[in-house]
Amino acid sequence: MLKKIRVTLAAVFFICITLLFLDFTGTVHTYLGWMAKIQFLPALLALNVGIVALLLVLTLVFGRIYCSVICPLGVMQDVISWLSARRRKKRHRFTYSPAMTWLRWGVLGLFVIALVGGVGSFVALLAPYSTYGRIVSNLLQPLWLWGNNVLAYFAERADSYAFYRTEVWMRGALTLAMAASAFVILAILAWRNGRTYCNTVCPVGTVLGAVARYSWLKPVINEEKCISCGLCARSCKASCIDAKAHKIDYSRCVTCGDCLGSCSKDAISYCHPQKAAKGAAQPGLDAMQTSGNKAADNGRRTFLIGTALLAGGAALKAEEKTVDGGLAAILDKKAPKRSTPIVPPGARSLANLQQHCTGCQLCVSVCPSGVLRPSGDLLTLMQPESSYERGYCLPECTKCSEVCPTGAIAKILPDEKSSIQIGHAQWVKDNCIVLADGVSCGNCARHCPTGAIQMVAQKEGGPEIPVVNTEKCIGCGACENLCPARPFSAIYVEGHTHHRTI
Amino acid sequence: MNSKHSGLGRREFLKRLGLGGAAVAAAGATVGCSSQKQGDQGEAALGPIPTDKMTHRTTPSSGDSVSLLGYGCMRWPTVPVEGGEEGEDRIDQDEVNRLVDYALEHGVNYFDTSPAYCKGRSETATGIALARHPRDKYFIATKLSNFAPQTFSREASMKMYHDSFKALQTDYIDYYLLHSVGGGEDPFELFNKRYVDNGMLDFLVKEREAGRIRHLGFSFHGDVKFFDYALSLHDKYKWDFVQIQLNYFDWQHAHEINPSNVNAEYLYGELEKRGIPAVIMEPLLGGRLAKVHDHVASRLKQQEPDRSVASWAFRYAGSFPDVLTVLSGMTYMEHLQDNLRSFCPLVPLTDSDLDYLYETADIMLQFPTIPCNDCKYCMPCPYGIDIPSILLHYNKCVNEGNVPEDTQAANYREARRAFLVGYDRSVPKLRQASHCTGCNQCSPHCPQQINIPGELARIDKYADNLRQGKL
Repeated sequence: MLKKIRVTLAAVFFICITLLFLDFTGTVHTYLGWMAKIQFLPALLALNVGIVALLLVLTLVFGRIYCSVICPLGVMQDVISWLSARRRKKRHRFTYSPAMTWLRWGVLGLFVIALVGGVGSFVALLAPYSTYGRIVSNLLQPLWLWGNNVLAYFAERADSYAFYRTEVWMRGALTLAMAASAFVILAILAWRNGRTYCNTVCPVGTVLGAVARYSWLKPVINEEKCISCGLCARSCKASCIDAKAHKIDYSRCVTCGDCLGSCSKDAISYCHPQKAAKGAAQPGLDAMQTSGNKAADNGRRTFLIGTALLAGGAALKAEEKTVDGGLAAILDKKAPKRSTPIVPPGARSLANLQQHCTGCQLCVSVCPSGVLRPSGDLLTLMQPESSYERGYCLPECTKCSEVCPTGAIAKILPDEKSSIQIGHAQWVKDNCIVLADGVSCGNCARHCPTGAIQMVAQKEGGPEIPVVNTEKCIGCGACENLCPARPFSAIYVEGHTHHRTI
Repeated sequence: MNSKHSGLGRREFLKRLGLGGAAVAAAGATVGCSSQKQGDQGEAALGPIPTDKMTHRTTPSSGDSVSLLGYGCMRWPTVPVEGGEEGEDRIDQDEVNRLVDYALEHGVNYFDTSPAYCKGRSETATGIALARHPRDKYFIATKLSNFAPQTFSREASMKMYHDSFKALQTDYIDYYLLHSVGGGEDPFELFNKRYVDNGMLDFLVKEREAGRIRHLGFSFHGDVKFFDYALSLHDKYKWDFVQIQLNYFDWQHAHEINPSNVNAEYLYGELEKRGIPAVIMEPLLGGRLAKVHDHVASRLKQQEPDRSVASWAFRYAGSFPDVLTVLSGMTYMEHLQDNLRSFCPLVPLTDSDLDYLYETADIMLQFPTIPCNDCKYCMPCPYGIDIPSILLHYNKCVNEGNVPEDTQAANYREARRAFLVGYDRSVPKLRQASHCTGCNQCSPHCPQQINIPGELARIDKYADNLRQGKL
């Protein structure tokens, strides 16, 4: 069946993209990174003409298959809707409703204005792929990490180095709240009415829907066979089949194939409308159906196993490591007030990031140092920014630039990275232990990868103090992170609005 | 010696290794068979530990009969305080009592503590455990541990002295030591400040005359010139005993590892000349002679499969006739039992055994571990660094072959993972070497004279390069 092929492919995409957001080791990305890059909006923002054209052609041929297979948020809603049907034992619970055209185009209009105007936070709020990314990285990744830490706990006791502990921390309260509410709203909508979001709000859905009207293949109702029982309409999660009028609204149809199977009279077929009119058989589809059958079962099973594993991981709780010996208490670092935010190398400038980023959190979820977190600022809400309380931007790491699908953080090489200045270090005299405790230190200078910090003698005598050569400083934050002064470091990084190569 | 054994080629080494492995396997098989024959006797493999076979030595100045195994009270077992801060713990008194009872029962009668040990809680814990037994069944050794400048004054030192009596619940101390002399930038000046200028040394001599101290001595770490000077004071103060670091590694290599340390061969020789008995500390180098590289372990096991690696170090120290007692900081019952087997009674090592151990020490030199004995004198670091854990992790990796020199090393990938993942497990990120300020407040406290900030910076740099794949 056509539907089974669709379900299999959707499951593969869905699981892989989810893994992409869960993985914190940066290994999955090497193999699956392309899945984020073929998402419509990211490809559009990255000016990836080839991908956009391909997606448009795909839609022109098959209809909105993108929404049913590639878009993880769409598949997530299908999963919820499917669970709802199983739980409520109502497979045919939908009804036809007319299109809310004005709302769809209104939202799209606003979206385009925000996109052009550079209001990144509004764009991020509506972008479907990014919404899914936020849901996974904020709600699901912590469970994944905790599960990993349980394995690490046992690995440690088994003297194995297969798993290592990672820190689970809340990167941004506001983003977490947004992700949670997005999930709740979407879950309720999908539980009750299937693809409501996709056909009223989603700007990508509206654009693709406009194209899909003219698609070569589409579900067509054979009026001669149809007895107007309405079963297809009641199984349509997009609520786009007007059974009485024998009409399908192709701008809302996501080509899921549910209607094809529901029709007892075989009156709906997925083909070119003119062929349907002739009543001709569908060439090639039979072959596809048989090969799809097996794979579908597997896909579903894989998916179920995957979900079960995730749930199991969540049930267990991570164990804290205990420490022995006389240890001085260490205060947690607090982020200093920065007059300009820091964004990762590759972002080029604050404006570039703001215009291109859809806030999907892929960079945040993959950052191994705990540097990136979603911004809480209204204009750049949910877009990444750097801070160095938990770690610093490692000179050898270019993970965020590798994963970014939108070109907000352009791909850079480690060699380039050490010459990209994203900010500069600023010494805070009053906090420095050299002056406060009268002891020699120099940890900032020792760890500066570019040698921008030097220790110099004080005029009045005493231990040496750090001085920063801002021309050589790249703003990596090693000094800030490793400064012994707590909770506020005695040296911190001020961001630059435009990154430059030094 | 060195030139002779550096000739021990890799092939020869591997051959011996193979033999060692075979020997261990064979031993295992024998034990297996014999225990089957003996039926259900639980302790069959090694047999019970005798309670009346402890080897004793005599203190010349008093005739005390001291057990050759002495209990070092620096490493009492601890348990975490429930709901306490990170790293907050308390001494597990029940377990301490159990260990002390067991030790006394098997003939150990020398207990060595200090006001500084176990974050200052050792004397009290030791006192509680010992006070449950008749006072004439054991000897107490404790020290004037006035390291900190604020305890240099006569009042503060005097208070420390009197507090020891209260904590140990006794009115006399059998063995009293000037704690760790010979260290510091100027050991002579430091010695004068701690013991001479404040009149404490003269006071302690009077206390000895009064019988509240039965023997007076000192423990030594550091500068050889000061050791000679301290012994030159023997005519004046009549040292009843001297505590030195002695083990088969330090016998000839202590100076080589760190030029500011003295070979044990010299220390012991000088004491022997003067007829002063030696109390031995660090016979196991804080466990470094127990947790050895696999090559070394198989070598020792090959010689005597039933003996633990650690037992070699204890039997070595006990084999010197002028050694009064060999101290061991036994945290676990298993350590105590293993040591009791070495000393109940002691079978002195033969000359060929000694040669074998010196050869072993030469091999160990090839594994550049840092001479940290985990005594924690450097702790707490004011900036929260967990110094001993970092050094011990590094040593562990050295011994396990997980410190690859470059990316071409045969086991590079596994070793890298073991080093880095193990590092994060052994030491929380915030307490790792990268946070060391280099203030050097720790180094003066280190009895092994380790340049702590230097070593931490080196380890940090290494870990960083390893992480970046830039070895």
